[in-house]
Amino acid sequence: MNGTRYVKDRLRRSMMFVPGNNPGMIADSRIYGADSIMFDLEDSVSLAEKDAARFLVYQALKTLDFGKKEIVVRVNDLGSGLGVRDLEAIIPAGVHVVRLPKTDGPQDIIDCEREIARIEQAHGIPVGATGMMAAIESAGGVLNAREIARASDRLIGIALGAEDYVTDLKTVRSDGTELFFARSMILHAARAAGIAALDTVYSDVNDEEGFLAEVELIHKLGFDGKSVINPRQIAPLHRAFIPSERDLRKAYDVIAAIEEANARGSGVISLNGKMIDRPIVLRARRLIALAEADRMAREE
Amino acid sequence: MDELLHTIPHIDRISHRGAFAGAGAKRTETFRARSGKDNKVLPSLEEAVRAAGLRDGMTISFHHHFRGGDHVVNQVLDTLAAMGFRDLTLAASSLADVHAPLIRHIQNGVVTHIETSGLRGQLAEEISRGLLECPVVFRSHGGRAAAIGSGEVHIDVAFLGAPSCDPYGNANGYSRDDDTSIACGSMGYARTDAKYADKVIILTNNLVRYPNAPWAIPEYDVDYIVVTDDIGDPAGIMSGATRYTKNPKELLIAQTAANVIDAAGYLYDGFSMQMGSGGASLAVARFLRQMMLEKKIRCRFALGGITGQITAMHEEGMIDRILDVQSFDLDAALSLKKNRFHHQIDATYYASFLFAAAVDQLDFVILSALEIDTNFNVNVLTGSDGVIRGAIGGHPDTAAGASLSVVVAPLTRGRIPTVIDRVNTIVTPGAVVDVVVTDQGIAVNPRRPEVAEKLKKAGMKVYTIQQLKDRAEALAGRPDPIRYKDRIVGVVMYRDNTVIDVIRQIDED
Amino acid sequence: MDLKRTAVAGTMESSDIMVTVEPRESGGIVLELTSSVMKQYGRRIEQVIRETAAELGVENALICAVDKGALDCTVRARTGAALFRAAEQENGTWEVGR
Repeated sequence: MNGTRYVKDRLRRSMMFVPGNNPGMIADSRIYGADSIMFDLEDSVSLAEKDAARFLVYQALKTLDFGKKEIVVRVNDLGSGLGVRDLEAIIPAGVHVVRLPKTDGPQDIIDCEREIARIEQAHGIPVGATGMMAAIESAGGVLNAREIARASDRLIGIALGAEDYVTDLKTVRSDGTELFFARSMILHAARAAGIAALDTVYSDVNDEEGFLAEVELIHKLGFDGKSVINPRQIAPLHRAFIPSERDLRKAYDVIAAIEEANARGSGVISLNGKMIDRPIVLRARRLIALAEADRMAREE
Repeated sequence: MDELLHTIPHIDRISHRGAFAGAGAKRTETFRARSGKDNKVLPSLEEAVRAAGLRDGMTISFHHHFRGGDHVVNQVLDTLAAMGFRDLTLAASSLADVHAPLIRHIQNGVVTHIETSGLRGQLAEEISRGLLECPVVFRSHGGRAAAIGSGEVHIDVAFLGAPSCDPYGNANGYSRDDDTSIACGSMGYARTDAKYADKVIILTNNLVRYPNAPWAIPEYDVDYIVVTDDIGDPAGIMSGATRYTKNPKELLIAQTAANVIDAAGYLYDGFSMQMGSGGASLAVARFLRQMMLEKKIRCRFALGGITGQITAMHEEGMIDRILDVQSFDLDAALSLKKNRFHHQIDATYYASFLFAAAVDQLDFVILSALEIDTNFNVNVLTGSDGVIRGAIGGHPDTAAGASLSVVVAPLTRGRIPTVIDRVNTIVTPGAVVDVVVTDQGIAVNPRRPEVAEKLKKAGMKVYTIQQLKDRAEALAGRPDPIRYKDRIVGVVMYRDNTVIDVIRQIDED
Repeated sequence: MDLKRTAVAGTMESSDIMVTVEPRESGGIVLELTSSVMKQYGRRIEQVIRETAAELGVENALICAVDKGALDCTVRARTGAALFRAAEQENGTWEVGR
């Protein structure tokens, strides 16, 4: 991890929301197989309980064993005056990634990063050890996605927060048409910056069909994963991201073909009479890496 | 004629009953007129008790098919107390919260000994504190059936509540004549009592016309019938339908258990199974159903306590036969009434070790647990505070009979570790427990290395039971041990009716 | 830490503990604990609460705690939150009870 607490490039199919003031859910959060666990100090905690939730998440991070899971904390936005206090608690507690809500432009990231660096320094933590991710939840934020994604080296990804976003757009969530531009924009901004693109939550836990349709859509678009609010959503989400046996076999064939061509010293690679070019090789490698990461995640 | 008898060679080996001496008077009245007067119905419970010849010191029995809605035990004991009986042995197939009034009858010396599968609520707490001089004997359903069948437990008078009965004693847990009566579905445990008890009194609120077919209890096993307004509270007897849990932790455990069964090779076309009745152990059925649809396979039979989830799969054509010793919900009771391949079986057929019982034909069983220890022993009887709060049920019977017994439980419950060094009470010995599935990992009994191997091959992580125990302790901390007094308040029998463990009085000083 | 008012933190939900702190002039820490896991963890919960109060320099207080199976980290967090609220302080340190 070269001095950082986070891994920039890792499996992030599922990021599970856990309310920061619920001790039972915090204690159980590791058992559901989510790739990342996100303890929330923001929307799920009432104003009167912000301090109590901070104490609780601090103690949980310090004492509970979360295995190899990525630990994310969603802090309150800095403008509220609560965000800095959240950072002061969770950075010494060892959070891997700080999730900043309501990011409207690159300055939000820069301001937050400055606070993180100050706190790291004050606690003798190497500056840069803590990762960041930004949730984009407004029309302005979506339009600034490109600059946001490049605003800090600490950023591991950007995420869409759809509930606030659709309200800002003066629409409501429906079949996904309303999110088409935001999703495309965020995905492009993330890819151009070389970081992860994460989709918003699907809030109707009982609508399994609707959830699966959305998962299929964002998977096809190219997202790395999605936030989930109920553990029941994790298994079907992961299943959609696991490469099929057939695709995986093809990927191994591609890799075998290049290795053979390399051994022959030949520049031209073909498989079953078809040319294999760079994108095919890249896709094959990514597929194999995904399958391997999934196997490792399940071993844990 | 008598002379003729002497001339028959070997008559002493043929008959001792002598010669025919006339057929007696023949009746001519209509069947309807006859049923009204010449029958087994007595006007009151007191008369039935007197007719049955009950005396002090005798053993009376009850079934628990009315669960928390039972009014029979309390009603009968109140009557017996008022009639002045003392020193009775109460042998119930199980007892529940609703039976707290027994405390008074124990204090007054009416009941001095109890046999049951389990105890709950206030009665259980008082017994854990030493209410009864003589220890309560806890038996599994199969163990009880065997003890009754072999005479180790001799029932003098059985008091059996029945949702339907005709004037001659054909009794059942539902009625084909009447859709509005109380229904408890199968009366499997009561059937064994009726068969072996010296005298059988049926208490019913629904006297139907002869013949009450099909019957759980045939008329030849019944001596007297008492009609009473109130045998139980329908709402307490069964809920409309058992719902699948929505608790994500229970669903996780259930999904893992289903995966274990599949990976271990017991999910094939024609398999047999028994499910639990609630929480994670019931939810396994939901995931199995999905897997069965994907594999296009069917289940030959489902056994045991039956829920609506099982009967729904039967009606979908996914389960060929149901063997029902106890119906857990109204859907199950309705299915028993309408589906001809949904069979009612008795406790002996279900689980008696004296015979090759239905449990011996199980591929797998899903069982719950209050505690599991590092020797795979399971406790379903006493809570982590040492107080009795459960029932053995068919736990050891099915664990022993099934080729794969899978115990499902959360690793901790309200901070209390479930996997520990030594269970408070051994109910099912580790020798018959194969796999433990928790929310935080799976452990396979070292007796079954081939199962562990298959699970690993399927990509599942298998821990040792010690590792699970360590993980629970790391999370919750090591609990202080429960303090007991020396006095024994309960004796736990294994299914072969040998003593497997004792329960001591809790020390609260 | 100087306690100014009565304060509460935590809930009555499963796995949580509700801690009420009342300032006292003298008499040390008086603890009234009820717990769903009293027999197994009562001793441990009391120890964690007393440690946390000592860590924050609270010498006199009436602490009432109703526990529903909270883990040590939760007991520490709720006790800390209640004490800070009673002292009408924003967090100075998060390192309480350890």
